[in-house]
Amino acid sequence: MIRAKDINELTPWQDLTPGGEIYEAGTARAFNTGTWRTNTPVFHEEACKHCMLCVPFCPDSAIPVKDGKRLDFDYMYCKGCGVCENVCPFPAITMMIGGVAR
Amino acid sequence: MSSRLSGNEAVAYAMKQINPDVMGAFPITPSTEIPEYFAAYVANGEVNTEYVAVESEHSSMSVCIAAQAAGARAVSATSSCGLALMYELLYVAASCRLPITLACVNRALSGPININHDYSDSMGARDSGWIQIYAENNQEAYDNIIMAMPIGETPSVRLPVMTCMDGFITSHAVENIELLETDAVRKFIGEYNPEHYLLKKENPLAVGPYDVSAYYMEHKVQEAEAMKAAKSRILEVAAEFEKISGRRYGLFEEYRMEDAQLALVLIGSTAGTAKAAIDKLREDGVKAGLVKIRVFRPFPGEELARALAGTKAVAVMDKSEGFSANGGPLFAETCSALYNLKERPYLINIVYGLGGRDVRTEDIEKVFGRLADIAVTGETHPAYTHMGQRSREEETV
Repeated sequence: MIRAKDINELTPWQDLTPGGEIYEAGTARAFNTGTWRTNTPVFHEEACKHCMLCVPFCPDSAIPVKDGKRLDFDYMYCKGCGVCENVCPFPAITMMIGGVAR
Repeated sequence: MSSRLSGNEAVAYAMKQINPDVMGAFPITPSTEIPEYFAAYVANGEVNTEYVAVESEHSSMSVCIAAQAAGARAVSATSSCGLALMYELLYVAASCRLPITLACVNRALSGPININHDYSDSMGARDSGWIQIYAENNQEAYDNIIMAMPIGETPSVRLPVMTCMDGFITSHAVENIELLETDAVRKFIGEYNPEHYLLKKENPLAVGPYDVSAYYMEHKVQEAEAMKAAKSRILEVAAEFEKISGRRYGLFEEYRMEDAQLALVLIGSTAGTAKAAIDKLREDGVKAGLVKIRVFRPFPGEELARALAGTKAVAVMDKSEGFSANGGPLFAETCSALYNLKERPYLINIVYGLGGRDVRTEDIEKVFGRLADIAVTGETHPAYTHMGQRSREEETV
């Protein structure tokens, strides 16, 4: 069975699954979708109370959590939707115009 | 066993013998009777099919796609505008590689609105990635639907199959027909055992994900290769079918082509009319023949080129307009199939029979008359004409 991790943009058509079927879950982790971003969230750690509201609201996997604390954005998955900034009760997230994190 | 059935009854009966898991269908003339008869089988408990009544053909094909992806065998039936409303989903079914079976009862596509036969509906769907098999009569309509699943479900193929018959001419005319025993049909079809399906709890499956440009082309090449592989599978299934039925099928049927100098290429019920005309012309010493295309997708280009290589002049008869201003779809395919022959016959295109306009043996004889002239003079102009329309000008066929 062909696994998502074994497929990339160099894989010949003979080695892809028929019709692009995917035979496992959670394969979004393997794909860099952050290149679509036009606006970029910026994390201000000093203002963050780690209430974790932003984490479940993020539609992808752009906010990693470790030991009960959120870490800086993983821009590989961030499309710049701004939902995290919207739900954050503190001034811990601000949106910056442009797709490149600085 | 012998019976007398209309084309629609024959197809519905074949579906009953197959006993598919799911039917999603919406009524439209002239295919309405197929889901109608089938609904009666469901109501009478003669099949254990889940019959899904839907609000449109867009939905009926969506039901089939979902059911087939889930691991079920799904069937549908439609005509004309119904097929057009499925258009988007036809491509989805093919690209997801779901071997759905669809009975298409050919009817002119609006507009102007018309309920009678031509191929403008299925010819519009010819590039959707579906296998297309056309019937000349009720017997072939019955046989083709029984062969559809063993063709489409083969792992190297995995493509949906559209079996087509002529609206009213075949779908509503009652003919003597040989039916197989239900046990023989079930044995021939076998169980549907896809390797991956949504209801297989052991491993999750996503069907039809977004395909970025880094992958789309590769998946389309897979589909194109599957369509190429379908050609040999169609012949294998035909050979297996011959063993249980005694009836022989190829990619096309050649009628009196052994020594033919003048030939027709056409699809469907007109073949019967053409055969009668050819028999008459043969009595007068005209070396006339016919190639009846049965499988239009995949198109049997190389095989057709071999069949026509020895002829002098060929008329391709299209029962649908392509509005290319350069001839109909069957003409385009035949031209490209013959182009690489070192010695080609002269080729003309006649568009006829649109919206149920009748074609008679005398019309076919006229076409052969034109071919006889072309064989002598080499003059093919005009190469693309219409036949059977009222006109102030004298008809050139």
